[in-house]
Amino acid sequence: MFKAFCCIVMRDLTLAMRRRTDVLTTLFFFIIVVSLFPLGTGTEKVILQKIAPGVAWVAALLASMLALERLFASDFADGTLEQLLLTPQPLFVLVLGKVLAHWLLTGLPLVLIAPLVGLQYYLPNDAVITMMLALLIGTPVLSLIGAIGAALTLGLRGGGILLSLLILPLYIPVMIYGAGVVSASAIGTTDLQAYFSILSGFLILALVLSPIATAAALRISVE
Amino acid sequence: MLEITNLACSRGDRQLFTGLNFSLKPGSLLYVEGRNGTGKSTLLRAICGLFLADSGEISWHGKSTRSLAEEYTQEVLYLGHHNGIKEDLTGLENLHISTILDGDDVTQDQLWGALKKMGLKGFEDLPTKVLSQGQKRRVALARLLLNSARLWILDEPFTALDVAAVDLLQSVISNHINNGGIVILTTHQGVALTSGQIQRLELGRKKSRHV
Amino acid sequence: MSINWFKYSSPATFYPLAGKMIPFFGWLTAILMAGGLYWGFFETPDRLSDQKEYYRIIYIHVGAAWMSMWLYIMMAAWALAGLVLQTRLSFMIAKAIAPTGAIATFLALWTGAFWGETSWGTWWDWDPRMTSELILLFLYMGYMALQSAIDDPRRADRAAALLALVGLVCVPIIFWSINCPDPNECAALHQTSNPGGGNMEPNILIAMLVTALAFWMYSFVAILMRVRNIILERERHTTWVKELLEKNK
Repeated sequence: MFKAFCCIVMRDLTLAMRRRTDVLTTLFFFIIVVSLFPLGTGTEKVILQKIAPGVAWVAALLASMLALERLFASDFADGTLEQLLLTPQPLFVLVLGKVLAHWLLTGLPLVLIAPLVGLQYYLPNDAVITMMLALLIGTPVLSLIGAIGAALTLGLRGGGILLSLLILPLYIPVMIYGAGVVSASAIGTTDLQAYFSILSGFLILALVLSPIATAAALRISVE
Repeated sequence: MLEITNLACSRGDRQLFTGLNFSLKPGSLLYVEGRNGTGKSTLLRAICGLFLADSGEISWHGKSTRSLAEEYTQEVLYLGHHNGIKEDLTGLENLHISTILDGDDVTQDQLWGALKKMGLKGFEDLPTKVLSQGQKRRVALARLLLNSARLWILDEPFTALDVAAVDLLQSVISNHINNGGIVILTTHQGVALTSGQIQRLELGRKKSRHV
Repeated sequence: MSINWFKYSSPATFYPLAGKMIPFFGWLTAILMAGGLYWGFFETPDRLSDQKEYYRIIYIHVGAAWMSMWLYIMMAAWALAGLVLQTRLSFMIAKAIAPTGAIATFLALWTGAFWGETSWGTWWDWDPRMTSELILLFLYMGYMALQSAIDDPRRADRAAALLALVGLVCVPIIFWSINCPDPNECAALHQTSNPGGGNMEPNILIAMLVTALAFWMYSFVAILMRVRNIILERERHTTWVKELLEKNK
């Protein structure tokens, strides 16, 4: 089972390495969205510092969602998804492998690029580190929840826009605490522990429930 | 042993078939016949568990395939209209991944050997997107040589294959049947398979005829 | 004697049953609504704490808000029943509930905006309860959008059902996170959900409960009518629907 899990992760990473542009698009989308906000709101330092956590998280939500559309789409199109459903491996393990690979390619880069946001929005160093940590815990949750939506909208016309309608409301809790912790850290008075506990709780909950729901959704959609 | 009792399937509004009954013993071959749109592919997908039938029971050695779950998928190899291979990966990688996922322990030599037997010598290391339709099909079919599944469900396995490959596939299928395997297949080509116990199922008549 | 509960899970037997139930619930709705509104307008004081006559929107607002939440739970429950028991009728009921739930949610938001304008001087406020209601509307929209985006009714039913269940798991978390965005302050803070602030005039409470009940009965009527339509549409090729149409010609 573990072998199959590793196999799926490696497979998706190899595939992504052979089509690198897909990975880079997500990253650049994030950078562009983050860079556009100051042009719209004005570049006043106080304002930027205040909106930075929210902007970073909304950009992360959108970037992760855009990438999700492709999570199962190509496997669905060439029939490999059917084959995955028919392997003697538990489907949720394979789903977890795919989500992990997807997160490594689209979520992790966002975590690593976060200091750039800090730079653009005049965030103090502490807040930047907090933001990276929050993104590190939060973006996997986004990928996990989004996988359910991606599986449900598989092969539908206008699937991408539908996906956002289904999934964005479910992202709210992660965004509230993910952005909340960065704001709290920028002010520097409150205890951050509680935020991270809640975010980790979300991650554990998503890790347990999402692969099962995604597997069920895939079985429904592949029919 | 595969047993189908009272199976009914529909697509949208259309009832494809109802009250379908048959059973297949080890060492037998079932041809599923019928015009386009009579539900051949749906039947095959229902048997391997991709499609949820409206009613009826599919059982493997006396147990419902739904309750067997992974124990049953271990025994099934399905090849549909899609080849189920990644175009960005090489034939070798594709084959390797599918054997790992199928839970079969296969050495590198066996992988190379299987591709060679399928007439893909020299193409093993190329991304499958540069191969022809027939060659892609061969990559997909190479799985048959390395798989331990006893029930093969093949939807139009002969499409896009040239004469030599058709012959090869026929012998692979006969071999499987002689070794006690079960094969269910659909085809539009008149292919002569004579080994084992052959059954025919014709869909799309007033009453599905089972000979 | 054992009752065959599954008898009514078949659309063909449920269709006439629903037809008989509709007038019953219809009359209940009319009586309760008339009674509740009469009580609300003529037997209650003209003020609720510091609010004047306009507080009477409570008789619509609260009923709609309660129904919006209750219907989401019911929708998810029927969806679960459909997935577990494989009964087509359960999915049809879940599908029929969604529009009524969405309308109730919209009505709660709309009346809430009127109420907010008159008492707080603003149409919209990022108050936790209003925000939660807005998110609920999004969830209903998502369910209906997914349901209608899929052509094959069976896949549509099952996919939307799964979405409703995922939504049901997420709803408490979403509401809770909107209610306390700062976890350090939340442990001690509990919102009172009573618009009167504790002790409400009993007559107002009675009228509010009666109108809420009327909303509930109305939901039955609307949902049953919609289920009947869905049954006819889905089963139009079956013999019993054709016979029914022949009879009614």
